[in-house]
Amino acid sequence: MKSEYTEQLLLKGLANNDSKAIEIIYKDNFKMIQNFIINNNGDYDEARDIFQEAMIALYEKVQSESFVLTCKINTYVYSVCRRLWLKRLQSQGKFSSQMDIIEETVPIEDDIEIHEKRNAEYEIMERALSSLGEPCKSLIEGYYLKKMDMQAIAKEFGYTNADNAKNQKYKCFMRLKKLFFSQYNIGE
Amino acid sequence: MSIQREDIAMIQNVERYLEGKMLPNEIAYFEQLRKNIPEIDEMVVEHNMLMHHLDNYSNRLNFKNALNDVHEKLAQQGDIQETNEVSRIGRIVQLYHKYKRVTAIAASVGGIIALVISAIVSSIVPTNNNDKIEQLSGVVAQIQQKQQSQGNKLNEVAKNKEENIIVNSGGTGFLIDASGYIITNAHVLHGSSGANVMNNNHETFSASIVYRDEKRDLAILKIVDNDYQQLKKLPYGIKKTEMDLGEELFTLGYPRNDITYNKGDISASTGHDGDTLSYQIQMSANPGNSGGPVFNKNGEVIGIISTREKQAQGVSFAIKSRNIFRLVEDLKNADQPVEIKLFNGASSVKNKDRVSQIKQIENCVFLVKAFNKKLNK
Repeated sequence: MKSEYTEQLLLKGLANNDSKAIEIIYKDNFKMIQNFIINNNGDYDEARDIFQEAMIALYEKVQSESFVLTCKINTYVYSVCRRLWLKRLQSQGKFSSQMDIIEETVPIEDDIEIHEKRNAEYEIMERALSSLGEPCKSLIEGYYLKKMDMQAIAKEFGYTNADNAKNQKYKCFMRLKKLFFSQYNIGE
Repeated sequence: MSIQREDIAMIQNVERYLEGKMLPNEIAYFEQLRKNIPEIDEMVVEHNMLMHHLDNYSNRLNFKNALNDVHEKLAQQGDIQETNEVSRIGRIVQLYHKYKRVTAIAASVGGIIALVISAIVSSIVPTNNNDKIEQLSGVVAQIQQKQQSQGNKLNEVAKNKEENIIVNSGGTGFLIDASGYIITNAHVLHGSSGANVMNNNHETFSASIVYRDEKRDLAILKIVDNDYQQLKKLPYGIKKTEMDLGEELFTLGYPRNDITYNKGDISASTGHDGDTLSYQIQMSANPGNSGGPVFNKNGEVIGIISTREKQAQGVSFAIKSRNIFRLVEDLKNADQPVEIKLFNGASSVKNKDRVSQIKQIENCVFLVKAFNKKLNK
């Protein structure tokens, strides 16, 4: 199975949400990170957490147009996990002096910075959506996240016609805009 | 907050525009509108941004779900063990590796030290520097003392290595290519036929002398030891450009048998007697620091400690790091070309505090022990 997928194909698959590619990358790398985290003061759940965060960082990296990965996937994943874990240990006051470099690492400071910015944006959006209240939240999610068409939305929410649903959706969108940017601009 | 009908009509237009649902003549009209009315232009930009953020949010949400699905699937298949156990094989092997080389050398040098010290002292007198400066390779005595005491502790481990070597002098060296190329001063290796290097964990590896450039006072060693585990990637880059006066520096080296940290700054952009290949640095270097890396505050290599001023306390000289690039270039074109890959990007230890920088770097700085094979047993 693996031989059919070169690293480049795997990354391409990852960018296109190909579940097979995600599974292969996951399978090839999780154990390494599990060992690493557990060897450095962590447990299985934390390993899962850190590993998935690194996967997200990689996923979002491959989606950008300027994407280039100058190292192997496992090197990248390890480097990101190592950095993230170090940060988490530090924030818990559990600095680990024993963290030897057992695998190759690459400089990922810039990527981590981008990733953290995206984390912040994600959280702001999450908060903005949840403080939107219903039916706005579901309307926005239905149209912009689930990409439902207005007819279906109108039917599901019980609007008499699609135009009314649309009207409401625009109002919601304006509120979301206000909520999101008020937080987003503080963060800048 | 009341939202007027016109506003809603306008959002609708903005959205249709951004989603590409407008007819060509509508687009032309709308774009004219954008140009003329800044508020509409703003609206378009904001709307687009928010849609973009919603897209990012949605993608990540879906991907998170996909990851959890994959995780559950792999756990069910047994490809992932839901456990906090880790196989710990390898610890003992590592410990053995850590000590066996030290022991071999320690055991073998012990007997012959006394005979050779005087000869060595006379043989490492610098040839191409005047006597106002002093080269910093540590004379063998102090190193050997330490080795002996280690030897006592460790002599139950097998001694199967070089029986007849004479350690000449010691200095510091550091990796410039993670595959095992170490740079040090040529004078550290003066008159030697081979060298061993020891890392901060006191693991010793044998190394071969790849190249000596007496003029630049640089030499390159290659670790040739099966026990050596390559890092593959160095935590620091090597700087090609010059540093400015007053920049903060630090170094790691082996004036003793243990790795030692020191800090200082650049005090002149030329070395002894206006030597443009070197910096003058304010840092107290000791014999044994010779060949050690000089880092700037970002953890990038900017030079190699070579000599110190005899008459002034705390004044040392460091060969500028761009000489490493020249040396490597020379090597590429040598009769027997050697390909060394230098990394001059940003150090991965940049923006870290000094302690964590050192933790990552110290692995790459070695004690260099130059020796001669004794000819007659």
